[in-house]
Amino acid sequence: MEGLISLAVKAIFVENLALSFFLGMCTFIAVSKKISTALGLGISVMVVQAITVPTNNLLLSYLLKPGALAWAGFPDVDLTFLGLISYIGVIAAMVQILEMVLDKYFPPLYNALGIFLPLITVNCAILGGSLFMVERDYNFAEAATYGVSSGFGWALAITAMAGVREKLKYSDIPDGLQGLGITFITAGLMAMAFMSFSGVKL
Amino acid sequence: MSQTKREMLIDPLVDNNPITLQVLGICSALAVTSSLQVSFVMALAVTFVTSFSSFFISCLRNQIPGSIRIIVQMVIIASLVILVDQVLKAYAFEISKTLSVFVGLIITNCIVMGRAEAFAMKNPPVASFIDGLGNGMGYGLILLLVGFIRELFGNGSLFGVTILETVNNGGWYVPNGMLLLPPSAFFIIGLIIWAFRTWKPNQVEEREYKIQQVEAH
Repeated sequence: MEGLISLAVKAIFVENLALSFFLGMCTFIAVSKKISTALGLGISVMVVQAITVPTNNLLLSYLLKPGALAWAGFPDVDLTFLGLISYIGVIAAMVQILEMVLDKYFPPLYNALGIFLPLITVNCAILGGSLFMVERDYNFAEAATYGVSSGFGWALAITAMAGVREKLKYSDIPDGLQGLGITFITAGLMAMAFMSFSGVKL
Repeated sequence: MSQTKREMLIDPLVDNNPITLQVLGICSALAVTSSLQVSFVMALAVTFVTSFSSFFISCLRNQIPGSIRIIVQMVIIASLVILVDQVLKAYAFEISKTLSVFVGLIITNCIVMGRAEAFAMKNPPVASFIDGLGNGMGYGLILLLVGFIRELFGNGSLFGVTILETVNNGGWYVPNGMLLLPPSAFFIIGLIIWAFRTWKPNQVEEREYKIQQVEAH
């Protein structure tokens, strides 16, 4: 249990997907102009991440790992090279299913998140989360914790960024830095602030 | 087709750069640039995937049904990325360890998807190939630039060869440790964008608010 909590804190602050691994940067820069939309996107990323990381973990341990197919009578088969294509398939399918479920049962939420959901398939943070899970060899409980908390960290970062940018648009910025340039520099400063968490040990 | 092939190749380098203007593919641009060698491999890998995925998607563009096109594109891109990943693991294991998940993340690199969606679905194979090549090179250019600055001033070396002798090894150069840390990549790209836009003022974005002098009453 303690291990899981420390994993969660680490995934939210110390190893924040957006600010220390730069995952999901395209959406991070493009959709962080207003707090409300940023928050909506952040929540959808968190939900998708919480579903896909554990699912991919199951897929890895029962289908792809060397020896994982022993239950089907193929103890020598190693399918890890198919990893990338299966993870992205799972992500695309999950996003599609989530979209349909929300549309059917939670229409208000679907209307609020609707436009962001398809975008999430190509958000590197989602695939990145699954790949980190594989690389660090998490078990199922760790994968589930990691999914939720890394998604939460991403949501936190994009919401904070949107807050800064809402104020920033009233500032007097040199012409060449206007828009994209200053956004990058702001993100850099935020990443530096997040680095101060790196000393935290639990 | 108004653009010549030459223009299609050169245009994405500065005038329509995927990173500084189209805001695509930033995700991996930042994380892998702490040394020049890794940036170089990454740039090659992305250029390869972008050009060939554009080519194959464009070959199939009339067969792909609109409703499932994203998944079809994903499968083509993912197959190419698996190829790159396996080649790197076989011939450059050290580098593939350093790149870790970022090779896999080429799949979701927005440049690849963006070019497939915006160009390859509407244009013939050879043109798409050149367009992909140009955009991959535009991406590589920024990557190499950032990698160059970070490795030279952060480590005093280029491609692992010492250029500026650091203090630790008895030299004179005090390395700037911050350049090896992730946030510096943001600053460098921000400054590159500033430089590009000062050079080409038509890329400057409109202000939402203008500061004006108000006459005192």
